[in-house]
Amino acid sequence: MTLATTDNVIAAEPSLLVRMMRMLLADKFALSAAIFLLVILAIAIIGPSWLGDLATKQNLRGRNLPPFDWTRTWVWWMGADALGRPLFARIIVAAQNTLMVAAGAVILSSVIGTVLGLIAGFSSPRTGQIIMRLADVIMSFPSLLIAVIVLYVLGSSILNLMLVLAITRIPVYLRTTRAEVLEIRERMFVQAARVMGASSKRILFRHILPVVLPTLTTLATLDFAYVMLAESALSFLGIGIQPPEITWGLMISQGRQYLTNAWWLSFWPGLAIILTTMSLNLLSNWMRIALDPVQRWRLEMKGGKNG
Amino acid sequence: MLRFIRQRALASLISLIGLIVMVFFLSRMTGDPAALFLPVEASAEMKDQFRELHGLNDPILVQFARYVGDVATGDLGQSLRKARPALDVVLEAFTWTLWLAIITMTLVTGAAIVVGSLGAFRSGGFFDRFSSMISLVGASVPDFWLAIVAIVIFSINFAILPTSGTGSVLHWILPIAVLFVRPFGIIVQVVRGAMVGALSSAYVKTARAKGVKSGPIIFIHALRNAMLPVITVVGDQAASLLNGAVVVETIFGFPGVGKLMIDSILQRDFNVVLAAILVTAIAIFLMNVLIDLAYALLDPRIRH
Amino acid sequence: MAEHLLEVRNLSVEFHTAAGVVHAVKSISYHLDKGEKLAILGESGSGKSVSSSAIMNLIDMPPGRISGGEILLDGRDLLTMPAEERREVNGRRVAMIFQDPLSHLNPVYSVGWQIAEAMTTHGLAGSKAREEGLRLLRRVGIPEPERAMRKYPHEFSGGQRQRVMIAMALALRPDLLIADEPTTALDVTVQAEVLKLLKELQRETGMAVLIITHDLGVVAEIADRVVVMEKGTLVEAGTVREIYKNPQHPYTRKLIAAAPGKGVMHEPGARAEPLLSVRDVRKTYGSFEALKGISFDLMPGETMAVVGESGSGKSTLARALLRLDEPDSGTALWKGRDLFALSPSELYKLRRDLQMVFQDPTQSLNPRMTVFQLISEAWVIHPDILPKARWRERVAELLAQVGLSAEHMSRYPHQFSGGQRQRIAIARALALEPQLIICDEAVSALDVSVQAQVIELLDKLRREMGIAFIFIAHDLPVVRDFADHVMVMQQGEIVELGTIREVFETPRQAYTRALLAASLSPDPDAKAGCPEPPAADAEILIPKRSH
Repeated sequence: MTLATTDNVIAAEPSLLVRMMRMLLADKFALSAAIFLLVILAIAIIGPSWLGDLATKQNLRGRNLPPFDWTRTWVWWMGADALGRPLFARIIVAAQNTLMVAAGAVILSSVIGTVLGLIAGFSSPRTGQIIMRLADVIMSFPSLLIAVIVLYVLGSSILNLMLVLAITRIPVYLRTTRAEVLEIRERMFVQAARVMGASSKRILFRHILPVVLPTLTTLATLDFAYVMLAESALSFLGIGIQPPEITWGLMISQGRQYLTNAWWLSFWPGLAIILTTMSLNLLSNWMRIALDPVQRWRLEMKGGKNG
Repeated sequence: MLRFIRQRALASLISLIGLIVMVFFLSRMTGDPAALFLPVEASAEMKDQFRELHGLNDPILVQFARYVGDVATGDLGQSLRKARPALDVVLEAFTWTLWLAIITMTLVTGAAIVVGSLGAFRSGGFFDRFSSMISLVGASVPDFWLAIVAIVIFSINFAILPTSGTGSVLHWILPIAVLFVRPFGIIVQVVRGAMVGALSSAYVKTARAKGVKSGPIIFIHALRNAMLPVITVVGDQAASLLNGAVVVETIFGFPGVGKLMIDSILQRDFNVVLAAILVTAIAIFLMNVLIDLAYALLDPRIRH
Repeated sequence: MAEHLLEVRNLSVEFHTAAGVVHAVKSISYHLDKGEKLAILGESGSGKSVSSSAIMNLIDMPPGRISGGEILLDGRDLLTMPAEERREVNGRRVAMIFQDPLSHLNPVYSVGWQIAEAMTTHGLAGSKAREEGLRLLRRVGIPEPERAMRKYPHEFSGGQRQRVMIAMALALRPDLLIADEPTTALDVTVQAEVLKLLKELQRETGMAVLIITHDLGVVAEIADRVVVMEKGTLVEAGTVREIYKNPQHPYTRKLIAAAPGKGVMHEPGARAEPLLSVRDVRKTYGSFEALKGISFDLMPGETMAVVGESGSGKSTLARALLRLDEPDSGTALWKGRDLFALSPSELYKLRRDLQMVFQDPTQSLNPRMTVFQLISEAWVIHPDILPKARWRERVAELLAQVGLSAEHMSRYPHQFSGGQRQRIAIARALALEPQLIICDEAVSALDVSVQAQVIELLDKLRREMGIAFIFIAHDLPVVRDFADHVMVMQQGEIVELGTIREVFETPRQAYTRALLAASLSPDPDAKAGCPEPPAADAEILIPKRSH
């Protein structure tokens, strides 16, 4: 018997980025979702400067123009609204506000929630308890109602909308992070680091956070969809974004009074919301598997089979 | 168990008080009821009289102290808008919402358990992929948009269902159908996930080694274990319905508590807003107790 | 040919994984006659459990696939049988018990219900099934069987749960019982009792037993014949005595050679100034006394083995010495200074001297760090040990020292085998140049052959570097060839403390003797301490099957 191990053959594996790309290629739903979201993102960035004028110019002869008129340029293919503005162009322009509010709220709530969660999970039990009770209070608020009241007091602006939505979502990240931290801090590799004399800071940021991060990314993706729906509901009720700014939710609301004779006013922005939230849900489902070392093989196997 | 419920009640009470304080002060900042309730041409004198009558001239802290005292004695004040006790107005609306929530959640939970379990049993099969797609779409649809589309199709184009109000069974169909979709999509995914886990567990292996048939394995062995996460999500969804399906109630003119809250805020009917918050918060607390009991009933490890 | 009860012919099973198709078993054949006891012996990854899963139809397809062969039960091929008929075989003709009874019993149903279900599934009336369940529970030795029927799996101890599993498996008096590592997770004394029960029941019912194990001791204790598996192939088959006395295949020889407890015992040197002097350490969790006053001395370069069963407090002691948990009272003088009274900054310095190797290397290595990062973390935390420029060179040295090579530096832990991972964990401990390493069950999770290698590595480190060890184990034979002193613990107390020779050759305490007797010898002629009970006076398990 020798001291050297029996087999020195150790599986080689490609870098994480390459693996991620392969896993994305293996799941064609997630792939189309990712491509769709990239397109929406690009539209959101260039939309207003590209089609801003077209989308706001009134054209009274084209009021409630029906969709599928292929003889006109593409911006009219979805029809026009009550003031004769092309819907396709308006949807493209509205993407910016819609995504910005959601992204702002998600970033704010996830960062604040994660930091509070790390503190609640890693500091003394008492601090943890106080933070958790705070989260309970926020959780027990009917979030839409709070949003309504706050927006009334502060006035509705994009920033306020972001803030309100962010506050209602903080507890989600806080609870998840705390639960994960409580579990991970008892794991053996954290104990091993403590035995070596690692500081709390090192343990938290070098050993615990990297393990929590994939879960939080998945959660944030899913939450992006949720926040988008919440924003559109608020805008629909008339207490979110105020005209002349537009979001998809506001467009649905504006089309509501023409329901009987021009269904397309509300239909297209709704479809934009559905496709975007669906893509986010699909991507989040994919991430849940791709970022989990235990589940990952499911995707890698599929990828291998397809070529 | 009793101790646990007591602790929960205490925690809920604290957050309820926080809620009332916040809503009380925030809502007072939203504007002057006198300006809204009296005609535009009303004189400053009339407005002052109105404020005096409703105690709105006192310092806000005095108003708050008086309010807390009243709540403690069970008096939630009068509705400015309807000139009736606020509690009566709220309870009436809440009954509608409660029924809407109970019927919807019963249908949702039943359907989601069956669909999610069957999907998990043949995971990767046609039914699984089909139901996953449906639930994904369901979880992604904004309910107000769905409500509008449903009205266009069923009330305008086919004219078979009423657009709003109450009165007949037909009036319930659209609100319930619309409210069904999102929770269904979400809960199917949770059921499926939990069932996939339960079906690959060691105790299911034992059951298979005993020769237990597929039916009992899914619905007796796996399902009961998979129900815990499902109940949590069902509770969350039910809570958001009890909080008032604001948008859907508004669109369908359904006289529930969500619509009542929005209307009351828009018209500065503070007593009703506060009463509505109190009633729904208590209802949600009671529901959470029921959920805890359900946990204990399902899992003997939680019981002691 | 068809007179065999069970015959597995040329069975091949493969699994589709990310790394490609894994051939879990490759064309293996074995057979089992009525009333016979066959053991399948193999280490992790040998595919020893796969054929039994195939017999019970428990392989998930996909990712699994039975790519060839047949499984004949009384001459009929199970693999081509209609599904309904196949289901009827499970529980009625062939029953199975598993390694981890807690997770294999449904947590939300009472054990009475679960035992009865084994019978009602196959058509027995409910009331009759419950009556039988009660009788079975009494027979397998569960106290207060009436009450136990209504209890849930989490309310029993590990050994009792395995008894419940056995009662459930034997409910319909199967012709064949498959036992997959039935005693692996149990304490040695409990293991001995469960094996004894299995033997008794086998004799009463005359059933055949197929036992799957990694433990030569279990094979020697219970089986008539044994087949040895390595990497999916069957390398050797024969009677237990033939295989032990005269192994033919090199792998079998290696396995038998690796069994601990045959080497030369250490004789500790003269007593000097102790490195660590522990006095009256106590620790309670709520009302549970985990440590009830522990005192011992450890000399420099010496190895102290701490042996005890679960709940003995041995791990609590390790955690207290490392200040992972604070003890309630007591002192531990490390070179004259009390470990328990150190301030955080003093403790930080002390960390260099005192290191730990954990039980499960899969969990003790951060999965997201490379081997280089894992080992060099020691110097990130203690920057004065080594200048950064020398880190790579030193990591390479340490890897070489534990039998790995420098090119493994950029790999992640999951790319290594269990034994290799434990070597990485040891290299990490060595990076701080400690004087004492506490090994908490450091070899328990490893295969026998790997276990021997790791112990040899630790022994080498001790000889060459003069490191002292506190070596925690739940089993005595493992520590016999390695330790200087043994401390036997039970329920938070030291029952016996002495040199290896004293404890192994002249144990003074009954508990130590019981532990020694309960550890199973791989030699079939040296049967363990419990004498075979006569079958005649045992209660007959079940009256003859009525249908």
